[in-house]
Amino acid sequence: MWVYVARRFLLAVPTLLGASVIVFAMAHLAPGDPIAAVMPADASQAEIEAVKRAYGFDAPLPVQYVRWLGRVAQGDLGRSIATRRPVIDDVRDALTNSLILAVASSVLAFGLGFALGLVAAFRQGRAADKVASAVAIVGVSVPHYWAGIILIIVFSVQLNWLPAMGAAIDGGLLDYLRHMALPTVALALIPLGVITRVVRSAALDILAQDFVLALRAKGLGRRTIFAHVVKNAAPQILTVVGLQFGFQLGGSVLVEAVFSWPGTGYLLNLAIFQRDIPVLQGVILVLAAFFVVLNLAVDVFQSLVDPRIVRH
Amino acid sequence: MRRFVTVTAVFLSLLVAIGSASAQGTLRIGMTASDIPYTGGQADNGFEGFRFVGYQIYEPLIAWDLTRGDRLPPLVPGLAESWEVRKDQPTKWVFKLRRNVKFHDGSAFNADAVVFTFESIKKKDAAHFDPYGSGQVSFRLASLKAIKKLDEHTVEIETDKPTSFVPYQVVYMVIVSPAQWQKVKDWRKFAEQPSGTGPFRVTRLVPRERLELEANKQYWDPRRRPKADKLILFPMPELTTRLAALRSGQVDWIEVPPPDATPQLKAAGFQIALNSYPHNWTHTLRLDKEPWNNKLVRKAANYAIDRVGICKSLLNDTCIPGTGVAYKGHPWFGNPKETYEYNPTKAKELLRQAGFGDGKKPAKAVHLISTSGSGQMLPLAMNELIQKNLRDVGFDVDLQPVEWNTLLTRWRGGFKTPESEGLNAWNISWNFVEPWSGFGRFFHSKSVVPVSVNTMPYVNPEVDKLIEEAERTFDMARQDAILAKVHEIIVDDAPWIFVAHDLNPRALSPKVKGFVQPQSWFVDLTSVSVGR
Repeated sequence: MWVYVARRFLLAVPTLLGASVIVFAMAHLAPGDPIAAVMPADASQAEIEAVKRAYGFDAPLPVQYVRWLGRVAQGDLGRSIATRRPVIDDVRDALTNSLILAVASSVLAFGLGFALGLVAAFRQGRAADKVASAVAIVGVSVPHYWAGIILIIVFSVQLNWLPAMGAAIDGGLLDYLRHMALPTVALALIPLGVITRVVRSAALDILAQDFVLALRAKGLGRRTIFAHVVKNAAPQILTVVGLQFGFQLGGSVLVEAVFSWPGTGYLLNLAIFQRDIPVLQGVILVLAAFFVVLNLAVDVFQSLVDPRIVRH
Repeated sequence: MRRFVTVTAVFLSLLVAIGSASAQGTLRIGMTASDIPYTGGQADNGFEGFRFVGYQIYEPLIAWDLTRGDRLPPLVPGLAESWEVRKDQPTKWVFKLRRNVKFHDGSAFNADAVVFTFESIKKKDAAHFDPYGSGQVSFRLASLKAIKKLDEHTVEIETDKPTSFVPYQVVYMVIVSPAQWQKVKDWRKFAEQPSGTGPFRVTRLVPRERLELEANKQYWDPRRRPKADKLILFPMPELTTRLAALRSGQVDWIEVPPPDATPQLKAAGFQIALNSYPHNWTHTLRLDKEPWNNKLVRKAANYAIDRVGICKSLLNDTCIPGTGVAYKGHPWFGNPKETYEYNPTKAKELLRQAGFGDGKKPAKAVHLISTSGSGQMLPLAMNELIQKNLRDVGFDVDLQPVEWNTLLTRWRGGFKTPESEGLNAWNISWNFVEPWSGFGRFFHSKSVVPVSVNTMPYVNPEVDKLIEEAERTFDMARQDAILAKVHEIIVDDAPWIFVAHDLNPRALSPKVKGFVQPQSWFVDLTSVSVGR
């Protein structure tokens, strides 16, 4: 097992390098550069070139990339062009906020999705199944940024119950939770739909198997059978859960944009428009590393849960 | 299970019940900027940076008087009580500085502070040179070459040539506290604890989220001590987010509400503030290629546009028709011959005279537009209407939308770059706050790309002479008259398709009192209070 884990970590290095090269190349392919993006609209080409030279953005791209790589190897992710704060500070704050949102919406989505999926499977064909399946379809079909806007209109503007935007970083826990409520719901919709359907089909799959019939014939109670089904369905559900959590973290750009939630999605969005290359590079690197670790954790957890899966 | 549900329900309703109370006298503003403007002195994020940060925390030697809305703001004494150009050496300006003014950190404002600030922008080898701040503002101080301290309360600024435009440049340089900078010796740290002389002082900066300021009750001008106790600025680049934040009471004031929402906002009791200001929204035409190299064709396009339709129907009266660089009533408007009212018949006739349209060769052009952007208003909707207007008279204009920063980058490089070679115009909004922004940078032959931004390029020796004469004229009334003559020539030459002047809409909660919207890109927040 440890050999497996070590090998996965080694493989991560070329993955992360590749990701950073791609981001660097794409960021420079887009017209404009960090200096042009933060200078006033009135500034002329000559003025911008002068500032670019002062910042070292006139060096050839490979040279700029290698310089950046060298600093990263020493643990320095550089400074944002726009705010001149160390990138690591921005990334840490943004990642914390995104993680909190991702965890909260995952708990909501997985908890509710799990429950709905099981209800649908155990009450297959009946009204409860139809309702649960309908909820799942709505969840997967509705664009979550649209849902976010609707939530704002209903709960912020019309009812005035919850705030429309921001994260109230230092307004205290309750204020933070209030700001988190709507984006959590908006972000939870899609995984809710996916998990419900996956759990439903996994549970139905297990329920149709012979050993379940055997358990019933043995006279085991509903609760015990339920436990057996859940344990057997767990591995396939876990893979989906892991993937969905990854999407929550990386795919929250639109929800964060709608709610101005200061997470990695919002930061990336801003950095792209500002062509803030150090921030782009830093955030993508950290996110990519996070995904690598997350995937590894899911794989390891799976083989712990299901002894039949053996990792080499 | 039932207990779980009950507990959750109680918890959720608690969450909802605790509303966020706004302190009385706290003005919360939603800006269009995507981040908090640089607080280290020479603000970024363009004029919005000056508006909410640069001119609130700091002040220049010469300032705009933004207290009235019925006339263009004049230049008035700021941190300088008086200034004059030396009769014996017209490249030297002597500024007498205001006494008994303190920075927010308690240190005294004096000539050393002015010299320090100037060097932070212009002196590249100085320890206190601010590369970022300098990049933002140095080009606005193009003529200012050197500074000398004459005594504790007098400085002398030297220019490269005699120019009457000096006050229009000095207004953009805000003075920072050298004492505060010396404590941290780093501009980024200074930006976290800034110190200026302005009516508001920074109390807290949360990057990308908010900037909190409090009233400077020791501000040197007792008539302009802020009525509000606190000012909080939020970056809110998303249109719908700003609107929702205002409607739900999270902020009291938003910049640029969506024009569609103004009737609904008014009905709900919100105030919509409007006023003309030196803004124009145009298509800057490429003058060295067909079809826009022909004056008749350019005039035809200007007669083809239904400006009243755009402003009334499309933008709910948040703009006025634009038929020149400046608007009627502005001292630089003059008396242009062409009035460019909506006249498709005349447009078709002019086009015919030029040899286009009507079965003959089509007047084709490709215009680069943006999808959004500061000052760009509603570019997609407006341009679609303009495209239709032009098609109706015989033009075939293809619109290429790009992202705002991309448009600016392409524009700065000019038309003669590989990626812009096929273009015939760009749709960018401009300011004409002073003679350079209004005329110098676009219409003087020395401003051709890449030195400055005359991309068309427009070269007219008569206009060159008039602009240079204006720069030598120290009498403001005469200077305005000369620039009005420039304007008349420009309107006649029609190097742009003139479309509209924005009216700077902003939406305020009914609790906001005392705001006077000046005819300016900037505002005076000291008269504003927020009631219950």
